[in-house]
Amino acid sequence: MSKIQATFERLQAQGRKALIPFITAGDPDPALTVTLMHTLVEAGADIIELGVPFSDPMADGPTIQRASERALAKGVSLRQVLEYVANFRADNRETPVVLMGYANPVEAMGIEAFAACAYDAGVDGVLLVDYPPEESSAYVDAMRRHALDPIFLLAPTSSEQRIADVGLYARGYVYYVSLKGVTGSAVLDVAAVAARIPEIRARTGVPVGVGFGIRDAATAAAIAGIADAVVVGSRIIEEIEQSEPDQVCARVRVLVAELRRGIDAAGGKS
Amino acid sequence: MTSTAYDLPDARGHFGPYGGVFVAETLIGALDELKNAYAAAAADPAFAAEFAYELKHYVGRPSPIYHARRLSERCGGAQIYLKREDLNHTGAHKVNNCIGQAMLARRMGKKRVIAETGAGQHGVATATVAARYGMDCVVYMGSEDMRRQAANVYRMKLLGAEVRPVESGSKTLKDALNEAMRDWVTNVSDTFYIIGTVAGPHPYPMMVRDFQSIIGQESIEQMPEQIGRQPDAVIACVGGGSNAMGIFHPYIPYAGVRLIGVEAAGDGVDTGRHAASLTAGRPGVLHGNRTYLLQDDNGQIIETHSISAGLDYPGVGPEHAWLKDCGRAEYVTVTDSEALAAFHELCLLEGIIPALESSHAIAYATRLASTLPADQVLLVNLSGRGDKDMHTVAEKSGIRF
Repeated sequence: MSKIQATFERLQAQGRKALIPFITAGDPDPALTVTLMHTLVEAGADIIELGVPFSDPMADGPTIQRASERALAKGVSLRQVLEYVANFRADNRETPVVLMGYANPVEAMGIEAFAACAYDAGVDGVLLVDYPPEESSAYVDAMRRHALDPIFLLAPTSSEQRIADVGLYARGYVYYVSLKGVTGSAVLDVAAVAARIPEIRARTGVPVGVGFGIRDAATAAAIAGIADAVVVGSRIIEEIEQSEPDQVCARVRVLVAELRRGIDAAGGKS
Repeated sequence: MTSTAYDLPDARGHFGPYGGVFVAETLIGALDELKNAYAAAAADPAFAAEFAYELKHYVGRPSPIYHARRLSERCGGAQIYLKREDLNHTGAHKVNNCIGQAMLARRMGKKRVIAETGAGQHGVATATVAARYGMDCVVYMGSEDMRRQAANVYRMKLLGAEVRPVESGSKTLKDALNEAMRDWVTNVSDTFYIIGTVAGPHPYPMMVRDFQSIIGQESIEQMPEQIGRQPDAVIACVGGGSNAMGIFHPYIPYAGVRLIGVEAAGDGVDTGRHAASLTAGRPGVLHGNRTYLLQDDNGQIIETHSISAGLDYPGVGPEHAWLKDCGRAEYVTVTDSEALAAFHELCLLEGIIPALESSHAIAYATRLASTLPADQVLLVNLSGRGDKDMHTVAEKSGIRF
């Protein structure tokens, strides 16, 4: 059983929902990333999504693109990100880490080499946003050979057939993008999201995390009421962006703890 | 001449290992809708008839083929013929594709079109057809390109389009493409994204090629009228590669016709300041397809350089990647200064002011012609006119208006 699956089973037994915060590795400073990861866990994160900086983050909005640009400006790329995970693992063996990014840096390293290095570093899952299932067979094989969970996106526009196709490959969880648009977009329609979750859960056989549009305890609570996991990205990046360097961890801790309280308050509603 | 079967891409948009659909799940629905709508349109004789009508009466096709005698004499070798896409309405080949995609948008009930643009030619062509068909139009353009191509920005505004500056990344074509994709994914229900080149996720590389193939189809009819046979080589500049695919594709089965794509070597391929993806790049994934990319060892896309904004792109259409690997087409490079020299030469010898993009093809043709006997014939796709480049060329010559 993967660490991600074990985490979801433990939470389910406790009647709780997972909180999955996203940060971009190397943002605002490479020296801060491992500390920030520990901060996320201390504030209540169950799984960490760690963004791999890419020069052309087509599926992301301006907030995450800026984070990517800040990290790239400091020379952070896939190899450095794997080092951060290995360093994080020196003090934390339990919390699953999912790398989230784009295909090209992984292909540049080589899919097989990447999978081996990611496993050695202590990565648990990988989400490459521009690898839809129909282009993923070699990648999924490599992930599985190295005990990594390939995580896929689903969208409001995904057909029943596509949900089933994703189900053939998906391990760990699937990430349901709750809005049309890019990361950091506005309004969240909870009822519309709620209507899709049972079908996705049934067809894929893995837990469903929901992201895009979650900004505070209230929206986190609303999503926790219907999904298995709440994914928060742009809101955390904004907090990092607006903090003085010595305040980043403190402010992120306050925000993530608030999201945690929102999610736990909603526990047992679904 | 021998004929070889060629039926790429496959149903999922692959040209050998290249092409495909490498996008986030949020775009898959829109691409499926587009794929189905295009398949239906391509099979509909009424769509083909309307496209032909628009190309004839609005664009002014067929574009002529012109024997550049004085240029050929100067080279002292092969004869150079020019396919005059510069004479199209809006001054470049880009409009062929925009008409096709705008007709498809209308058929799909989309009232708003968006586009990315580098040199501004595709933006102008999109703004033109949006005005022609009464559609709202937003064009994304890197702020650096807006500075280089101010006249085209004004043209788009005159045509009723909104030009949105893109400040992210290198502030050029690739960043405009990222931004247009973001707009599309957010507004997909009423918006059609008119991609200007043979890149992007399937079906774009195929669809744009099909609309641009009119260039090669006409050439195959016209060359025998001029010289009683097909040319020995067809030469075109390659940035994303749409004018080159348009003239190459119908010639692929003509095994005796060399297909030569000319990439932008900028300051020189050895300097690292260039845009020669096929010559100096490695395969990777960007903008929805697998193709040759200019990237660093970490798989980050690197900034490109060319005097010509239209060639300043770190990728290339996936079908070019395939034609390179299978050997059907050759890809060569021309530097900024060689392109500039060819620009001036065509102005002075033929009274034709070429686009800086097309000047790369002219430059290679003159280089090649001088090595060949006089009975050889080179057909160059003169993909656009150079009015838009006055400012750049004047600046290079130390002239200020």
